[in-house]
Amino acid sequence: MRVIEFREALREAMSEEMRRDSTVFLMGEEVAEYNGAYKVSKGMLAEFGPKRVIDTPIAELGFAGIGVGAATNGLRPIVEFMTFNFSLVAIDQVINSAAKMLSMSGGQYNVPIVFRGPTASAGMLSSQHSQAFENWYANCPGLKVVVPSNGYDAKGLLKSAIRDNDPVIFMESEQMYGDKMEVPEEEYIIPLGVADVKKAGTDVTIVSFGKILKVAMAAAAELEKEGISAEVIDLRTVRPIDYDTVINSVKKTNRLVIVEEAWPLASISSEITFRVQKDAFDYLDAPIRRVTSADVPLPYAPTLIEASLPNVTRTVKAVKDVLYKN
Amino acid sequence: MAKTAEKKSKFSKEQYMKWYESMLLMRRFEEKTGQVYVQQKIKGFCHLYIGQEAIVAGTVSATKKEDKHITAYRDHAHPIGLGLHPKYVMAEMYAKITGCSKGKGGSMHIFSKEHNFLGGHGIVGGQVPLGAGIAFAEKYLGTDNVCVCSMGDGAVRQGALHEAFNMAMTWKLPVVFIVENNMYAMGTSVERTSNVHDLWKLGLAYDMPSKPVDGLTVESVHEAMEEAVARARRGDGPTFLEMKTYRYKGHSMSDAQTYRTKEEVKEYQKQDPIEKVIDTMKKNGWIDDAGIEAAEARVKALVDESVQFAEESPYPDPSELYKDVYADADYPYILE
Ligand SMILES: Cc1ncc(C[n+]2csc(CCOP(=O)(O)OP(=O)(O)O)c2C)c(N)n1
Ligand SMILES: [Mg+2]
Repeated sequence: MRVIEFREALREAMSEEMRRDSTVFLMGEEVAEYNGAYKVSKGMLAEFGPKRVIDTPIAELGFAGIGVGAATNGLRPIVEFMTFNFSLVAIDQVINSAAKMLSMSGGQYNVPIVFRGPTASAGMLSSQHSQAFENWYANCPGLKVVVPSNGYDAKGLLKSAIRDNDPVIFMESEQMYGDKMEVPEEEYIIPLGVADVKKAGTDVTIVSFGKILKVAMAAAAELEKEGISAEVIDLRTVRPIDYDTVINSVKKTNRLVIVEEAWPLASISSEITFRVQKDAFDYLDAPIRRVTSADVPLPYAPTLIEASLPNVTRTVKAVKDVLYKN
Repeated sequence: MAKTAEKKSKFSKEQYMKWYESMLLMRRFEEKTGQVYVQQKIKGFCHLYIGQEAIVAGTVSATKKEDKHITAYRDHAHPIGLGLHPKYVMAEMYAKITGCSKGKGGSMHIFSKEHNFLGGHGIVGGQVPLGAGIAFAEKYLGTDNVCVCSMGDGAVRQGALHEAFNMAMTWKLPVVFIVENNMYAMGTSVERTSNVHDLWKLGLAYDMPSKPVDGLTVESVHEAMEEAVARARRGDGPTFLEMKTYRYKGHSMSDAQTYRTKEEVKEYQKQDPIEKVIDTMKKNGWIDDAGIEAAEARVKALVDESVQFAEESPYPDPSELYKDVYADADYPYILE
C-alpha cells in the first residue's frame, strides 16, 4: 500500500470532500497562497481557487464567526486555526455560537462546521504556544471533539467530521504532520465516537488519544519485554467518548492507566476515572492512575519540558504501580 | 564656531553615537542569534529584528527610563535598546536559568522589569489591550509615565486592537501605539488583508491622533515619538504611529520567503537605518573608519560575551517547574 504523510492524509480528506460537495470550503491564516503554515493545504488553492481556499487576516474571532454564520446558512466551512492556542481568540464564537445555535433555535439551525489545526506542545515554544485544549472543548455540549493519533485515522475521521451536521473540533499536532503511514487510495470513512483497541492485552488497560498515544504504545512495548501485557485504547474522539470500549477492557484487565497531554484538573482522565469507578467499580483491582502534563504552563527550557510532559518512564511506572510491581 | 554641516543636524554627536552603537548592537546580536539558531543552540520559534532597529533606537531616545514598553514576539532588540545587557537575552534563548525569564520564556518572551520592558507576547494583538492597561495604571497612579505599545502589521486586523483603541482614546490613556509595518505578517502582505493599506488611518476611526512615520530613519522615529510621548504625558491621550519599516530576514527561522522577491529585499537594504546614521555622522565629521571599527569591536565583544555567558550557564533545574506559576509560594499543585 502507498505511504503518505499525516498532513497529506488531512489534505486528501479535505480535497475529496470538497470535490464531492461544493458547499465545503477552507478558510484560515496562510492556508491558500502560502500553502498552509504547516503545508497541510498545499496545492489546494491551485485546485479549488480563491473562492474555496481563502486566506484570512489574523482575525480569529472574526473568521470563526463568519464560518459559523456561513454554516447556519447552507455552507460547510472548514476553519483552520494555525494552532489551537489561537483558537482562544475565537472561542466566543465556538462556544457561544457554534455550540449553542441548534439548541437555542429549538432545532432550527444546525452548524455543520469543522474547526481544525494543531493542538498541544510541539517542542520548545513556551507556554503560550504549547497548550492542550482537548478537554476544554470536550467539556462543552453541542460540540464534538476529534483527536486522531495517526494519518490513517485522521483521514477517515476528518471526512466524517466534514460530513457531520454538528460543529466538530478536530485537533492535530505539528509533531505528527510529517509522520508517514500506509493509507489506502480507496475512499473510507471512520465514524466519530468509536475508540480503537491499538493493542490487545490482559494485565492492564492504557487509555490515550492524539499524539501522546505514541507514549502509551512505547510504554506498552517496554512492559511487554518484562512480561506485562497492556491493552492500549485510542479514544480517537473525546466527545463523545466511547465509554463501552474502555469499560469492557477494564472488566478484563481490572487495571487502568490514562495518558493525556492536558493539565490534570477536569481533564479527560478525570472524566474516564469517574465513569470507570461508577460502572466498573467491582472490577478494579487497584486505584486508577494517570499521566498528564504537569500542573503548570509549559516552560521553554528542555529540562522543564522533560519534567512536565507525559513520557514512557512515567507511564511504565504508573502501570507498575497499579500492578503493585514497584 | 560650528562647521556648516554640524549646524544642519538637529541632534548632537552624542545622540548619534548612541543611536549608532545601540542599533549596531541589535544588528550584530541578531546576526549572531541567527547563526547559533542554525547550530541548534536556540530552539523553537525565533524572529529577528534586523532592518527594524531604528524604531527601538528612536523610541528609547524619545522616552524616559520610567516609561513602560511592551511588544509582540519579535522582542530581542527592545530590551537591549532599553539597556538590558544582551547576555541575559542570549541566555534566555539558550533556555538557561540565567536568562532574563529564567529560561522559561525563550525567544518570544523576553521580559525585564528592571528596564520596564513588559515583554514579549506570543498571541498576535494580545499585547495591545495590555499596553492600554499599563497606561491605565500610570494614569490611575498619577504618574506622568507613558506606555509604548508596539505591534506588527498583522495585529491591526485583530478585534482586540479596535476595542483597546476605542477605550484608550475615550479614557485618554497615556499610551503610544506603534505598528511596525514591515509589510508582511508571515507570508501575507498588508495589501492582502484589508482595503485599508494606510494602517495609521485606523486610528482616525477613534479620533486618535495618527500618522505615518519613516521607520527606517531614526531621526523621524525620534521626532514622531517625542511628539506622541509629550501628548500622552500632558494628559491628552494616545497616538497611533505607523512606522514604515522592513524585515530583512524571514518571518521566523523557517520561512522560504516565496511571497517576496530578492530584489525587493535588496531595494530596502539600500535604505538601511544604520548606514543612514553612519552617513550623517561621516558628513558631520563625527566618525571615521577607525571610529566605526572601534564601535564594531565594542559591539562584537558584547555579543561574544553574551554567547559565552549563555553557553556556560546551566539549564533550569527540574525543581524550577513548580516555581513562578503563582505568586503564592505554597500553592497546592495537583501532582498526579
Ligand atoms: C492570535 C494569533 N494568531 C496567529 C498567530 C501565528 N502568527 C505568529 S506571528 C504571525 C504573523 C504576524 O505578523 P505581524 O503582526 O506583521 O508581525 P511581524 O512578524 O511582521 O513582526 C502569525 C500569524 C499568533 N501568534 N497569534
Ligand atoms: Mg509584519
